[in-house]
Amino acid sequence: MLIKNVRILGGEAADIRIENGVIAEVGALSGEGLDGGGLIALPGLVDLHTHLREPGREDAETVQTGTQAAARGGYTAVHAMANTSPVADTAGVVEQVWRLGQEHGHCDVRPVGAVTSGLEGKHLAELGAMADSAAHVRVFSDDGKCVSDAVLMRRALEYVKAFDGVVAQHAQEPRLTEGAQLNEGVISGRLGLTGWPAVAEEAVIARDCLLAAHVGSRLHVCHVSTAGSVEIIRWAKSKGWDVTAEVTPHHLLLTDACAEASPVGPYNPIYKVNPPLRTAEDVAALRAALADGTIDAVATDHAPHPVEDKETEWGAAAMGMIGLETALSVVHEAMVETGLLDWAGVADRMSYRPARIGRLPGHGQPLEAGAPANITLYDPSARAEVDPSGFASRSRNTPYVGMTLPGRVVATFLRGRPTVLEGKLV
Amino acid sequence: MKHLISAADLSRDEALLILDTAEELSQVSDRSIKKLPTLRGRTVVNLFFEDSTRTRISFEAAAKRLSADVINFSAKGSSVSKGESLKDTALTLEAMGADAVVIRHSASGAPHRLATWVRGSVLNAGDGTHEHPTQALLDAFSMRRRLGRLEGLKVAIVGDVLHSRVARSNVLLLHTLGAEVTLVAPPTLLPVAVETWPCQVSYDLDAVLPKSDVVMMLRVQLERMSAAFFPSAREYSRRYGLDPDRFARLHDDAIVMHPGPMNRGMEISAAVADSPRSTIVEQVANGVTVRMAVLYLLLGGAI
Repeated sequence: MLIKNVRILGGEAADIRIENGVIAEVGALSGEGLDGGGLIALPGLVDLHTHLREPGREDAETVQTGTQAAARGGYTAVHAMANTSPVADTAGVVEQVWRLGQEHGHCDVRPVGAVTSGLEGKHLAELGAMADSAAHVRVFSDDGKCVSDAVLMRRALEYVKAFDGVVAQHAQEPRLTEGAQLNEGVISGRLGLTGWPAVAEEAVIARDCLLAAHVGSRLHVCHVSTAGSVEIIRWAKSKGWDVTAEVTPHHLLLTDACAEASPVGPYNPIYKVNPPLRTAEDVAALRAALADGTIDAVATDHAPHPVEDKETEWGAAAMGMIGLETALSVVHEAMVETGLLDWAGVADRMSYRPARIGRLPGHGQPLEAGAPANITLYDPSARAEVDPSGFASRSRNTPYVGMTLPGRVVATFLRGRPTVLEGKLV
Repeated sequence: MKHLISAADLSRDEALLILDTAEELSQVSDRSIKKLPTLRGRTVVNLFFEDSTRTRISFEAAAKRLSADVINFSAKGSSVSKGESLKDTALTLEAMGADAVVIRHSASGAPHRLATWVRGSVLNAGDGTHEHPTQALLDAFSMRRRLGRLEGLKVAIVGDVLHSRVARSNVLLLHTLGAEVTLVAPPTLLPVAVETWPCQVSYDLDAVLPKSDVVMMLRVQLERMSAAFFPSAREYSRRYGLDPDRFARLHDDAIVMHPGPMNRGMEISAAVADSPRSTIVEQVANGVTVRMAVLYLLLGGAI
């Protein structure tokens, strides 16, 4: 197969020949093929943080609909978070999720294993069994809950070294965030919503960086949301410690002010998420950190919820927002339009580095001869209002409803096979 | 204006119109037949998800004195206890043709959400730790009656500001009306970023008292003690309670207010609560009058 006239990482026009799922040749090639019309070609995106909800909450999302959403967003691989029901804390559950991903074939699904049994923070789950399973788990996380027990966290960090795993921490000091609803600051005080203080994230990140350094392990920090967290991670990296971090698209674009005033009215829980939306200063710090590489990756934290869990008063609503189908556009808006990242930088933060952190073979490689043909074609000139009714996700809880965002994923190829063409699922 | 959800919704002119209207309507309360035909045929629903007998009967009396039909819907024993959502409750009220819904809810922002699901007016009768705008209006009304003005009045609001919807609404409304508010509380009971509010802040009640024209004491719930907001009821009372000694330091015309219900002996001593300079009982009576004015103006379309 031949893809003609695409701009790899936004560069000069080139053609890509694909044979047996692998990029065979790149350059000015002869022959007929799919006309790329000057679209930007990116390596297939890799998400480190996706909630697919299956098993247990198939009313919100399934592996099928979630991976369809991923493909539409330009992703060729996602890491499926462990907080399902039952929890992905055994080889059996992670293999089930992995197998469902294989069967549906819209993108590769690499399950994340729970750090502790039942996400209860008491006993280590059988991490080795999950690592050795067909799912080849390398990322372990109790995401949604923090591994707050320092000894347990230390042991987990140590233990996963045996199979080159990484603990992805949801950094949230539980006592400081009891009943927390919104970033603690001007807006939470005015709205009378219980505050979620930045220090509750930063204190855990600082502790975990020190623990990881002490035992010589690899730490990954999920959904970094504050300027203070960025400073701590920058410091840890300056020491040469093996710490990586991700930021979500929504923390790069939205602030806690959305809870007070938005196109969908005040107190609309479409903006309720954990960690919460922060301030404009935090957004600026996160963008700068993603640009300079202090934050390694963009991860969606795609968190589908059914309508009834969001059409409530703020305090009763579920936390989380979907993001797979808007991530690239949001990064385009927040990072590329602002001049903070070029398309090579986007490829690095949304494909190369997340694949490396997840130890995910066959993904996150430059579009060169010999690499698996995982390719996303993106039209940067498009600009449209976000319309959730067209989403492949089973849920509609997008915070970008009514906003106009740039760009459009036109096609996605998974090992040479199109999963999306003309913006539609294949 | 369609809804009254936050005191910030009110301009100075609108707030004064409510107070002036209340002043006129207060004459009704002095008559032997305390009823006006103004809202005949209109339906007002009291939707109370939290126990609050005093606020509910105040709204009920206000609506009835204006001849509205009143439906009381309390969360206890209703479909809400069977797990019905706020939205479904709203749609039910909508189907019954409510012209106004008075809502008390434990979740901050519930009235904002309700307003997106019903066509009638929404009146916030207290939402979580957010606001209680009719309480602020009746407080302003009570101050103006006693002291003859609001402009330039020095008002100290003392106590658990962090969890107080009364404090939030009062700060906003009194600022709009030109009074100068000082919040007084231990630092643990003040919200982060309170310095961005349109008021002064102090930790020292004794320093604020002599300069105050109005001292408004807030209810302090004892369960705050178990969450380490302060060490003990006695210590709180010693540092922030209005006892006779502190009361004596007020200037002669100063008044003492409390939104109720009081913890006598905790934030306010019995002698102070029952003194002639306390407006606590008047506040209750004024509550009915002010709520009449709000219902009258909102449903009559005058603001």
